[in-house]
Amino acid sequence: MNGPAAPEIALVGCPNSGKTSLFNALTGSRQKVANYAGVTVERKEGSFVTPAGRPVKILDLPGTYSLRGRSPDEVITRDVVLGRLDGEEIPDAVVCVADATNLRLVLRLVMELKAVGRPMVLALNMMDIVARQGGRIDVDRLSKELGISVVETVAVKRGGTAALLAAIDELPLLEDPPTEHGWREPTAAEIRAAHAEAARILHDCAFHPGNEHLTRKLDTVLLHPVAGVVILLAVLFLMFQAVFSWATPAMDLIKAGIEAAGVGVGEILPDGMLRSLIVDGVFAGVGAVLVFLPQIVILFFFIILLEDFGYMARAAFLMDRLMAGTGLHGRAFIPLLSSFACAIPGIMAARVIENRRDRIATILVAPLMTCSARLPVYTLIIAAFVPDETILGGVGLQGLVMFGLFATGILSALAVAFILKKLVWREATEPFIMELPDYKMPAPANVALGLWIRAGAFLRRAGTVILALMILIWFLSSFPAPPEGATGPAIDFSVAGRIGHFLAPIFEPIGFNWQIVVALIPGMAAREVAVGVLATVYALSATGEEARQALQPILSAAWSLPTALSFLVWYVFAPQCLSTLAVVRRETNSRVWPTVMFVYMFVLAYAASFATYHIAGALLR
Amino acid sequence: MIPTRESAFAAPAGAPLDRLGRRSRGWSGWVTGLTPTDALTIPWTEMERRLLEMGFVEGARVEILHEGPFGRDPLAVRVDDLTVALRRREADVVLVAEG
Repeated sequence: MNGPAAPEIALVGCPNSGKTSLFNALTGSRQKVANYAGVTVERKEGSFVTPAGRPVKILDLPGTYSLRGRSPDEVITRDVVLGRLDGEEIPDAVVCVADATNLRLVLRLVMELKAVGRPMVLALNMMDIVARQGGRIDVDRLSKELGISVVETVAVKRGGTAALLAAIDELPLLEDPPTEHGWREPTAAEIRAAHAEAARILHDCAFHPGNEHLTRKLDTVLLHPVAGVVILLAVLFLMFQAVFSWATPAMDLIKAGIEAAGVGVGEILPDGMLRSLIVDGVFAGVGAVLVFLPQIVILFFFIILLEDFGYMARAAFLMDRLMAGTGLHGRAFIPLLSSFACAIPGIMAARVIENRRDRIATILVAPLMTCSARLPVYTLIIAAFVPDETILGGVGLQGLVMFGLFATGILSALAVAFILKKLVWREATEPFIMELPDYKMPAPANVALGLWIRAGAFLRRAGTVILALMILIWFLSSFPAPPEGATGPAIDFSVAGRIGHFLAPIFEPIGFNWQIVVALIPGMAAREVAVGVLATVYALSATGEEARQALQPILSAAWSLPTALSFLVWYVFAPQCLSTLAVVRRETNSRVWPTVMFVYMFVLAYAASFATYHIAGALLR
Repeated sequence: MIPTRESAFAAPAGAPLDRLGRRSRGWSGWVTGLTPTDALTIPWTEMERRLLEMGFVEGARVEILHEGPFGRDPLAVRVDDLTVALRRREADVVLVAEG
């Protein structure tokens, strides 16, 4: 807490208004992300100092068209603004962000916000686009009509927030603000009246020549019934090829660096327990996970770019009917696409779906989308077992297998959703009403900040959870030490080896050896850890020169092809990410749904791996 | 079909009235009212307010810009200066007149 000196400002606006860009421009990287007490919606708070030297806290609230709160996200916006959440007061002031090229709906929101009774600023964002298109807005008149201060901002330009900062300095903050607000849910008649009022104000204050020409032209292609679908598939395919091939040079570099560091440290340290811990546990384990940073960065690069460009809503439009056919909502497309990065943001993004059942269906299938944590596993196994050849004139075979694994995940997600809809919930679906925003050129600074925050989150995970797990696994794999004069690899005598051997019979029918079973256990904490554990387990079970070898050739020698395929298929389905299950527990506020998810995914994974192992075995005989 | 509620933008007598969900790509006209249909999946007062909030108010210009690739559903509709995607089922609620 910064004490009473730092007023708290709520940042509110319609979806696609550039609210988050403005938040980024105001706060830079001084952002804190946490959850609201008792609920699961992300609480993004930033801080900055105004030109007059006043420290200010600012909250980035989920985009909404009204304060009525139809989805969990919109409910948060309403409850924060109205001071209804535990531990949250009514904010000292409200900054409402508007896409200046599209003012009509936000003016109605401004009228609702005014009823809250706090000082308010309307920030007309993207004024550069209005000017470029030959439009103009009479800011003074608009300010007089609305009875609040109105400023122009260009969030994506340096200095584009100067007017807003000045206006924040001049806000007539209340000394002793009332704890009551004057808002109530508007009736249909009141919404109509507010629209008429907004139309009148706009007519008097703004001239806009119509901005949709470029968007219209692009949409004739991108929303075309044939070309649009082909382009969508091409974009997805490009994304996966990029993740697989563009990342290689950077990955090789990181790998070489970590290996060199491991060898260097190994030479300095005396032979013994500490050296084993550092070299086999920390460097082999965490290093094997860090290597995947480039792939995760590339994947998020695509997702952020598509989102900022305005393409995500188009993808939802194109896919809605197919999704509806499987019982999912068109809006589920965005959470499911985000799940390619990680099921956790995907599951949290499912909050944009208003209907609880549609939302739960989306959450249940989200982990079937191939998340970036599976990439390390896929990459390793594919590199070890699939020849690096090109077929069909330039398509990489390895990339093709990767695409196949992604496709299997998607198709099974749709199948599970379909079964849920047919067998479990047979009621009608939620309406699909969604704005298709104008296309916008993504701002490099914004994309960079987004990547920075996500890469930082991954590195923090690698540095904390994964490091801790690696050390734990190293202990489990090293103790108790083999008795004097024993033959065979040391890990056979350790706790991990015993757990692996104990559970091995359960997994034998699907072709897993005990090393894999050992790797699956810590893989529950974070899927990508399995790679590190395999590295540790094989490093410790090998002797002398072999321990120096990379994991990939060891695996090609130790595993049969059916085992490798079975392992890949296991990873498509298996419910082995505790954080995902924890997030599902939070998001659904129930123990039932994470349990359902765990059981169905485990059964699916076991059955699919069993079939794969035996079919592949029969074909190869 | 006559709009059931009073509206400053009621269609002039004799103007052809229709539901937005029955029109195809390229059609343009304006909104004359909102009425419930049998296919509603949420309460009418909620449905009506959601459409109003997205700009489907009496008098708004509408133009069907695109149809979805599968089963010509959903629709991408220009509503005054905003583009909104909605399924035909929801668009059926919106009464429109050509012109």
